[in-house]
Amino acid sequence: MSINLDSKVPEGPMADKWNNYKAHEKLVNPSNKRKFKIIVVGTGLAGASAAASLAELGYNVDAFTFHDSPRRAHSIAAQGGINAAKNYKGDGDSIYRLFYDTVKGGDFRSREANVHRLAEVSVDIIDQMVAQGVPFAREYGGMLDNRSFGGAQVSRTFYARGQTGQQLLIGAYQQLARQIGLGNVNLYNRMELVDVVNIDGRCAGIVTRDLLTGEVASHSAHAVVLATGGYGNAFFLSTNAMACNATAVWRAHRKGAAFANPCYTQIHPTCIPQADDFQSKLTLMSESLRNDGRVWVPTSAEETRTAADIPENERDYYLERIYPSFGNLAPRDVSSRAAKRAVDSGQGVGPLKNGVYLDFAEAIVRLGEDTIRERYGNLFDMYERITGENPYQVPMRIYPASHYTMGGLWVDYELMTTVPGLYCAGEANYSDHGANRLGASALMQGLADGYFVLPYTISNFLSELLNKPIPDTTHQAFKAAEEMAGARFKQFASIGGTRSPDYFHRQLGKIIWDYCGMERTQQGLEKALSEIPALYDEFKKDLRVTGDLKSTNQTLEKAGRVEDFFELGMLMCRDALTREESCGGHFRAEHQEADGEAKRDDENFAHVAAWEWSGDPMAPIRHQEQLEYEVIKFQTRSYK
Amino acid sequence: MSNLTNITLKIWRQSGRADGGRFESYVIDEISDEASFLELLDILNESLIEAGKEAIVFDHDCREGICGTCSLMIDGQAHGPERGTATCQLHMRKFASGDTIVVEPWRASAFPIIKDLMVDRAPLDRIVESGGFITAETGGAPDANLIPIPKPVADASMDAAECIGCGACVAACPNGAANLFTGAKIAHLNLLPQGQAERYKRAELMVETMDEHFGSCTNHGECEAACPKSISIDVIAVMNADYLKSKFKNRKSLSRT
Repeated sequence: MSINLDSKVPEGPMADKWNNYKAHEKLVNPSNKRKFKIIVVGTGLAGASAAASLAELGYNVDAFTFHDSPRRAHSIAAQGGINAAKNYKGDGDSIYRLFYDTVKGGDFRSREANVHRLAEVSVDIIDQMVAQGVPFAREYGGMLDNRSFGGAQVSRTFYARGQTGQQLLIGAYQQLARQIGLGNVNLYNRMELVDVVNIDGRCAGIVTRDLLTGEVASHSAHAVVLATGGYGNAFFLSTNAMACNATAVWRAHRKGAAFANPCYTQIHPTCIPQADDFQSKLTLMSESLRNDGRVWVPTSAEETRTAADIPENERDYYLERIYPSFGNLAPRDVSSRAAKRAVDSGQGVGPLKNGVYLDFAEAIVRLGEDTIRERYGNLFDMYERITGENPYQVPMRIYPASHYTMGGLWVDYELMTTVPGLYCAGEANYSDHGANRLGASALMQGLADGYFVLPYTISNFLSELLNKPIPDTTHQAFKAAEEMAGARFKQFASIGGTRSPDYFHRQLGKIIWDYCGMERTQQGLEKALSEIPALYDEFKKDLRVTGDLKSTNQTLEKAGRVEDFFELGMLMCRDALTREESCGGHFRAEHQEADGEAKRDDENFAHVAAWEWSGDPMAPIRHQEQLEYEVIKFQTRSYK
Repeated sequence: MSNLTNITLKIWRQSGRADGGRFESYVIDEISDEASFLELLDILNESLIEAGKEAIVFDHDCREGICGTCSLMIDGQAHGPERGTATCQLHMRKFASGDTIVVEPWRASAFPIIKDLMVDRAPLDRIVESGGFITAETGGAPDANLIPIPKPVADASMDAAECIGCGACVAACPNGAANLFTGAKIAHLNLLPQGQAERYKRAELMVETMDEHFGSCTNHGECEAACPKSISIDVIAVMNADYLKSKFKNRKSLSRT
């Protein structure tokens, strides 16, 4: 399948493009919608909102989740909030300003027309979610409350305590549950996508593996939507849930969907540091803590005293020192790199010297413990539950961790991948955040894609297929894919080596974190590109999967996911190596200003790198989509 | 930071529904007190795999106490000994060297065992599908600030909406009742102005779907004690009041379809 990177951005001025699109797209008559079947894989914010909305329109929808219930998807863990250009505070917000902040925050590496549409529909999302019964925070007069987040000068973030993602997902889940109850959506739970099938140049359906019985089966449809989340677990340790994986997008990539900007990953600066070698995941502490906490490390690498015993003149409040105007609220990428430098120089704190202090002592003196408890009580409790330390008495220890991935399957303005009929939504696609995502924008994008973009754009494709039956799952292409998938899992079980899938995942994650994490160099990336294939060979020879193929086998599930992370890891490093600039979350040590800030190269790299699968994970083919900025002109991001 | 030694785990193993199941004992020689309880199981599983034995199946995902996937009866308590804490947030420092810890799947006939410690909680989804939503199809919503909601009302609704759907309330209940789960969903939606149109229809349908699958509430209060989100049994009173009223209201109005 040849790669066509036509973005299909509509004509007209930026502010009119989406309206123009909606005015001229092809529609499907309401009574014809029931003739179409659409598969939606994933039931997070993007998947649940898409499946529910498409079913409400009258399409037949098959929804797939590998969880026991659609409500478990990892969107549920988002804490902070969701942005919308409502301007309820009258503080100068507008669609243009949200558009501008998102393009600038993304370091000029996103597609302007997509971002503008995102800002436009952001206001509809809040209306929709309130109508669904999401209990957003309110002021005493009964109006919605807002707060402010990084990268913005207005208050446009809506929130539901520290559980905004949970409340939004439950809203979308309930809407989906209604459609399941009405029989408009068939839900397949505990079912994992293991392949994507194309027939006659378009996506014909998917192959799944039942996680309870091991049965491999095919499902066909007129269109397929992948809303399967990001690939942050490539690093092994991340704030993602344990089961988050890249299998669906990677299998689609191997069947012709271009993978865009895999090196754009976001490292969040305030997570609880790793406590031991067997740690399974990292936990985020909300960015909001940096409003009152002061970040510091001891000046001496030999320091052994407890935090309270270290005098002021032997502490380095490095963010306040280096970035006096933003101080402890410097952006995520900048703060993360500064923490890494402190720990790398031996000044780290904690038993493993792998964190920095986030100290509330001064804020407690200034505001009183009660005020701090009111603002951050639930976070302090969570910290104490995990570490056993009381942050009212001793400083928190924090360190950056993988949190979100901006890269993903390349999609055009209609959210279609390079495979006709195969769509990608939410974190799984690469679209709207460029090289760096701003806080409270992920929930916005997932719901925008599912509620307000896909239901419009998908009819433009389906109208051509009217009265054409769905592909036959006895077609040779489906049978071949089923056989391949079955054989692949049988192979994992038959290697009979000595190491578990987790062992390899941990080793792989360490390579990717060390060389393709917060700071990347040519030498390091080349090293990673020799170490990953070597480890992959060992995986193929020394993997051990116990248990059987015909009942629940979490070891076997994990083996498949880890194998896909191996191939994706190679692509992440290859992409980071070929992007010879620093931008957003991608920092190449060779490309920095004298003061250590990222040095972007707009002349040579203002493009999307879209990779084509060649059959060899070490030899992917690079394509480019040039990014044009009609409205917002290039400028350097500065936070000094 | 210190290490615990000589921990004995008695874990329920059951290969499927046809198997009767049994406890098996495993000894963990040494474990950091920083480890979470599920990391203890990870370590055990890794050693089982490397010894050529089948790993223990258990449900888990976010490990932040929010997704509701994890379960486990630990020493007979749903989610273990720490109040207001899901199993994934329980850490080994709550245990001592030499302890024997008994680990079982959720106990409830509505949650049949799939394998080892994994159960099928699908009836909870059936309750939500029967009425646990506000009908507001995509696209037609009015401006969000057109519906002012007093802060105490929004807060009370949010208290109920925090439910993570883990099923601990059912597992802890001597009757296997799902009243705390169902009551939390009904209270979340029925307290809000947006939820009024379907209020009584919702209460009637959800309670009756619940009764098809689960046991009856006899006010033990074990559910509140086990809930990792500390949801108050007051929500059951809200549910009962609305269910009773539904038997009058739904007859008068034509809201039943």
